[in-house]
Amino acid sequence: MTQVSMTVNGQAANGDVEGRTLLSSFLRDQLGLTGTHIGCDTSQCGACVVHVNGEAVKSCTMLAVEADGAEVATIEGQAAEDGTLNAIQQAFQDNHGLQCGFCTPGMVMSATALLKDNPKPSEADIRAYLSGNICRCTGYHNIVKSILAASGQDVAGIAAE
Amino acid sequence: MYEFEFEQPSSVADAVAALKAEDALALGGGQTLLATMKQRLAAPSKLVSLSGIGEMKGVSNDGGAVSIGGATTHAAVAAGAGAYPALADMAGHIGDPAVRNRGTIGGSLANNDPSADYPAAALASGATIVTNAREIAADDFFQGMFTTALDEGEIITGVRFPVPEAANYQKFLQPASRFALVGVFVAKTGDGVRVAVTGASEEGVFRWSEAEAALNGTFSAGALEGLSVDADSMIGDMHGSKAYRAHLVGVLTKRAVAAAG
Ligand SMILES: Cc1cc2nc3c(=O)[nH]c(=O)nc-3n(C[C@H](O)[C@H](O)[C@H](O)COP(=O)(O)OP(=O)(O)OC[C@H]3O[C@@H](n4cnc5c(N)ncnc54)[C@H](O)[C@@H]3O)c2cc1C
Ligand code: FES
Ligand code: FES
Repeated sequence: MTQVSMTVNGQAANGDVEGRTLLSSFLRDQLGLTGTHIGCDTSQCGACVVHVNGEAVKSCTMLAVEADGAEVATIEGQAAEDGTLNAIQQAFQDNHGLQCGFCTPGMVMSATALLKDNPKPSEADIRAYLSGNICRCTGYHNIVKSILAASGQDVAGIAAE
Repeated sequence: MYEFEFEQPSSVADAVAALKAEDALALGGGQTLLATMKQRLAAPSKLVSLSGIGEMKGVSNDGGAVSIGGATTHAAVAAGAGAYPALADMAGHIGDPAVRNRGTIGGSLANNDPSADYPAAALASGATIVTNAREIAADDFFQGMFTTALDEGEIITGVRFPVPEAANYQKFLQPASRFALVGVFVAKTGDGVRVAVTGASEEGVFRWSEAEAALNGTFSAGALEGLSVDADSMIGDMHGSKAYRAHLVGVLTKRAVAAAG
């Protein structure tokens, strides 16, 4: 066992982990932050995307010990304390960017990383950026629309699908 | 995944020492190795993470060559290798953004996946793979699928790419895996044209010497007319037959030459 300490959503988080403990397991099983989803566990689907030191990573394919000392952000830290959704989350709600919601934490965390680097992405930019995030429900259209809306672009002319 | 010991040294010397333990393995970005360990196809006794070694990170540009630390992520190469645009562009199209934030050039080259992008870039550019022990020319480094000239415990500390006069990489995407179904990297250097093909051959990345000879005559897509690779030695699987891959090699090489100008 190794002691790790990191900051998760702005709060100190410590725990004892094995070498093989994945960051996703540490977040879900030890910290109880089950908003980070495990879809594939093989770095294909992106449901487990979190930010480590500001960068989007697949937490199922990173060891918890590798995040020792890091700043980690998960979906649980995105809304305000009183539950008010942030702009990206709200845009997903307004534009039907989710159906079952399983992929949504990863989608929101990827979208957040995209908008940090590219505040006004084109539709093509968004689709390319989401290439590692798989959604089985929406057909992606409304996810892309949500992110366009979250970046302040006019989506009134884009039909809902 | 079986349990293992974890070490994160801060210098190449300490990493080399740590890798002397029996069944120890280097950990780059873990984007290949962790999946392999989950499947229990690898069961190291110890993982030696290279991500804490500052001297193995970063991109520098010195006198016509781009040098990249062995633990530099694909994202950092995409952002930092602007002096060699075809290389930066290739790095920026590996997998997806989250994979690029973790995966490293050293891990990709050491792994030598037959469909990986970096082996094509290194071989076409005539890059030099620098290890803790020696320098290895790309022509000698790749020795068939998943096989390289690296000795046990040897670490890729950096890679030096001479910047060509013109270059382009054409990746025909296998959209489910994000790897190349076939990829062709063409580089026109002072010493001649080099064409490296990934994703196609059962022997892993290779140089297409007939195309190189034709392009040394005239550097134009037209010079490749009538040339083809032998379909028998190509990979054939559910994603593409041998004949289809052989066809793609020709098409992508022409596109790369046209785009390189
Ligand atoms: C969803 C997905 C999509 C991908 N798409 C692509 C793609 O389009 N194109 C592509 O080329 N690749 C792709 N990859 C692979 C990716 O680029 C990996 O990052 C890369 O193959 C391995 O690099 P790594 O740093 O993660 O190495 P690791 O997984 O940590 O290690 C791989 C192997 O290399 C060894 N190793 C690591 N670093 C070194 C070093 N410096 N010196 C010596 N040995 C070392 C390890 O011991 C291990 O055997 C994809 C991966 C995933 C998960
Ligand atoms: S659970 Fe990590 S990518 Fe699917
Ligand atoms: S909303 Fe169901 S997987 Fe995306």
